[in-house]
Amino acid sequence: MHKKLIVIGGGPAGLAAACAAVKRGLSPDDVLVLERDSEPGGILNQCIHAGFGLHRFGEELSGPEYAGRYVQMTREAGIPIMTNCMVLGLTNDRQVTFVSPELGYVTASADAVILAMGCRERTRGALNIPGTRPAGVYTAGCAQRYINIEGFMPGNRVVILGSGDIGLIMARRMTLEGAKVLTVCELMPYSGGLARNIVQCLDDFGIPLRLSHTVTEIHGKERVTGVTIAKVDEANGRRPIPGTEEYIECDTLLLSVGLIPENELTTGAGISLDRMTNGAAVNQFRETEADGIYACGNVLHVHDLVDFVSEEADIAGTHAAAKILGETEKTVKSLEVATGFGVRYTVPERIDITETAESVRVFFRVTDVYKKVQLVIETESGEVIVKKAKSAVAPGEMESLEIPADKIAALAASEDKKITVYLRELGGNGK
Amino acid sequence: MIYDVLIIGAGCTGVMTARLLSTKKCSVAVVEAGCDVAMGATCANSAIIHAGYDAKPGTLKAKLNVQGNKLMKVLAKQLDVPLKECGSHVVGFSEEDMKHLRELYDRGVANGVPDMRIIGQEELRRMEPNISPDAVGSLWAPSAGITCPYGLTIAAADNAVTNGVHFYFNFKVIGASRAGDVYYISNGTDTIAARYIVNCAGVNSAHVAGLLGENDFPITIIPRRGEYIVLDKVCGKMANATLFVCPSERGKGILVSPTVDGNLLIGPNAYPIEEADDRSTTAPGLDEITTGAHLLMPNVNTRMAITSFAGVRATPNIYDFYLKNSEQLPNVVHAVGVESPGFASSPATAEYLVGLLSDAGLELEDRDDYIPTRRADGNHKQFHNMTEEEKAEICRTNPAYGRIVCRCETVTEGDIIDAIHGPIPATTIDMIKKRLRAGMGRCQGGFCSPRVADLIARETKKALDTVTKCGGGSWLVEKRKGEN
Repeated sequence: MHKKLIVIGGGPAGLAAACAAVKRGLSPDDVLVLERDSEPGGILNQCIHAGFGLHRFGEELSGPEYAGRYVQMTREAGIPIMTNCMVLGLTNDRQVTFVSPELGYVTASADAVILAMGCRERTRGALNIPGTRPAGVYTAGCAQRYINIEGFMPGNRVVILGSGDIGLIMARRMTLEGAKVLTVCELMPYSGGLARNIVQCLDDFGIPLRLSHTVTEIHGKERVTGVTIAKVDEANGRRPIPGTEEYIECDTLLLSVGLIPENELTTGAGISLDRMTNGAAVNQFRETEADGIYACGNVLHVHDLVDFVSEEADIAGTHAAAKILGETEKTVKSLEVATGFGVRYTVPERIDITETAESVRVFFRVTDVYKKVQLVIETESGEVIVKKAKSAVAPGEMESLEIPADKIAALAASEDKKITVYLRELGGNGK
Repeated sequence: MIYDVLIIGAGCTGVMTARLLSTKKCSVAVVEAGCDVAMGATCANSAIIHAGYDAKPGTLKAKLNVQGNKLMKVLAKQLDVPLKECGSHVVGFSEEDMKHLRELYDRGVANGVPDMRIIGQEELRRMEPNISPDAVGSLWAPSAGITCPYGLTIAAADNAVTNGVHFYFNFKVIGASRAGDVYYISNGTDTIAARYIVNCAGVNSAHVAGLLGENDFPITIIPRRGEYIVLDKVCGKMANATLFVCPSERGKGILVSPTVDGNLLIGPNAYPIEEADDRSTTAPGLDEITTGAHLLMPNVNTRMAITSFAGVRATPNIYDFYLKNSEQLPNVVHAVGVESPGFASSPATAEYLVGLLSDAGLELEDRDDYIPTRRADGNHKQFHNMTEEEKAEICRTNPAYGRIVCRCETVTEGDIIDAIHGPIPATTIDMIKKRLRAGMGRCQGGFCSPRVADLIARETKKALDTVTKCGGGSWLVEKRKGEN
């Protein structure tokens, strides 16, 4: 089988990328979306709460509604989506091996591949929480599936570790279904979730959030019977402080302790990952170091809003189509996008400036909570080309800065090999 | 019915004994307190087929370890269970250590361990590029290997069932009586009758001896817990062979080993515990393992951990395995205090125990209709172990093999349905996990466990809220409030 474009993943990233590629001029018959689940839409299908689409559609949608819009757009565009298709292997020269009950074991080639496999949740094992190994320890997403898709309750008395968005959403969801959410513990001194979710999911239901706390032991032989939590020492590598332990009787521990891009196929194709994003390093078109292999959405870096996933997928899909159609411009210069003070990572990691210099939006996350800062992009020769003041920034909320086309053109003409994104503290109350 | 032989305990020793007896003309039952085979020490150990230089020459441990090492390789091939002859190093860090390694070498020679060599720093580094720069040499034993201990035990149990052995799970022996030459073994509600009894009850074996009616049983068991950490497959190639540290005051013997599934395993420590079923891990324990592993391999990164676990060894108050016909009860054979290298020895231990049964008078005649594979129609290879051609073929003939359920370990719906209806039906999340590795990968079942639970419910025609993680009170979900 040969296709001009194969999109791996039929979630919001994959569907948006496929739609963008067709919009850019590819024939829908030349595109194939491979989705591992029985329905397209990805993890949004189990996110039945509202809050999606404010940026993209200007209205508040539920997860399935947001996914539904893209499924409809994809179908209306006539793009085939193969469900129950699991990709088992990808090579650097774009050979895709997949299996499905309908098609069997298939190897297909493509002119371009877009990686849109999403991410997975970090687990108990990755945290090495000591104790027994009973039933009742779930990742928040797993519990969400049990409630929202299977229609069963994963527990009654619940402790949640981690205040990432899924954890917060599940605190509310479990409460609405009649469970008692006893507390949400967060290792860091601040929440990893969106501010609006803290208010709407915890505060509104009187669920206590304990910052700088972690679970130090899991109890129970068959099912969880309780957990021990403790305060952690900020000054000592966030190790639990002896004497602060507290036993909480519960039957369920939900973990919302981070998301990891699912890049086994990416690394299998020999594409190296950015150690900070755990996704492939890409240029502004979201093309990886492998020619014709693109990545977008949570497989590239974990987003907080699906709206930004779709935006990123548009970029990848549009450029992949242009490349397939032979309508891309030559790269005249590559620039490294480096991180400076207060910035954990950027996407893209490099800018391939083309003949017609276009503006580039650089997305990034900060390393810590800061108040009163300026977000800055500076050239190697010390010129500040973009700056933006913010009253507060936090690792839980993605930031971005747009480099205007004229600045890109100027960079193309300069000797500079990199630009640096960093934070400048504006004094006052500082950090 | 009255069985010829009843085996108490479905760990590796009990299962291997049952399998061996199933090659003979006799009826065999196995009772097990847990809901599956390999629920105790067999499920949680270092997964090593030791070469056999550790034990003192002349002991049962020494003899059965070396024999078992050879037999295990034959058995793995017969049952198509992955086994890798990766060899092992006992690593020395000083001249003192090297002296000790030469003693181990001599012991190995006396025990009949083949092809051992003492190697120097340079060769060791060539074989193990990630070894600590402080390592000065090692005792290399190429006959050591790695396999999945519960995987091999499950395969052997399948083979035993295929040949007519009956397994009774959730059967915790609470007492026994005898009338004539028949024993009646009870769990309080049910009774099973048999003429010969083999006690393979692991950490509970001394206790079971008492339940059977032994007075002043000479052996006591001190349960000793060992903790382990499993690292992601990206770390799996850091060690080519199993690496032990030369026993000394510096280290308590934390090892670093590749696993047959491609992960890296580090551990164990060893501490006596009060309750034999306390398999919890501890923060200091996990720290201790990490520190111990760094002694051998400084760049082991436990941030790549995917899970940790603990196992409990049945350490007896004597040095050796206690494999004997009862001195007080006729037709009772005890396998007590079978700690490390209990798994590596198990096929040989089974032969030894069957010999003891024969000594006690059990007539053993070979069957001519014995089936050597897991099922009557073969070994049922798992999808991810198949060749490209086999994968394509099975997807054509059975579309369920084209549906991947566990993404991390590439386990298909076909594999899971096959296991649910296997010789020992796998009807819990953990039973599926132990047989197929679904849920054992990076995401630790985050994605697949609800789907596996769905398949178990569907295939056994039960509601999802009756499916458990590992039997008993290990419920997964309940009905929503207000629903019946």
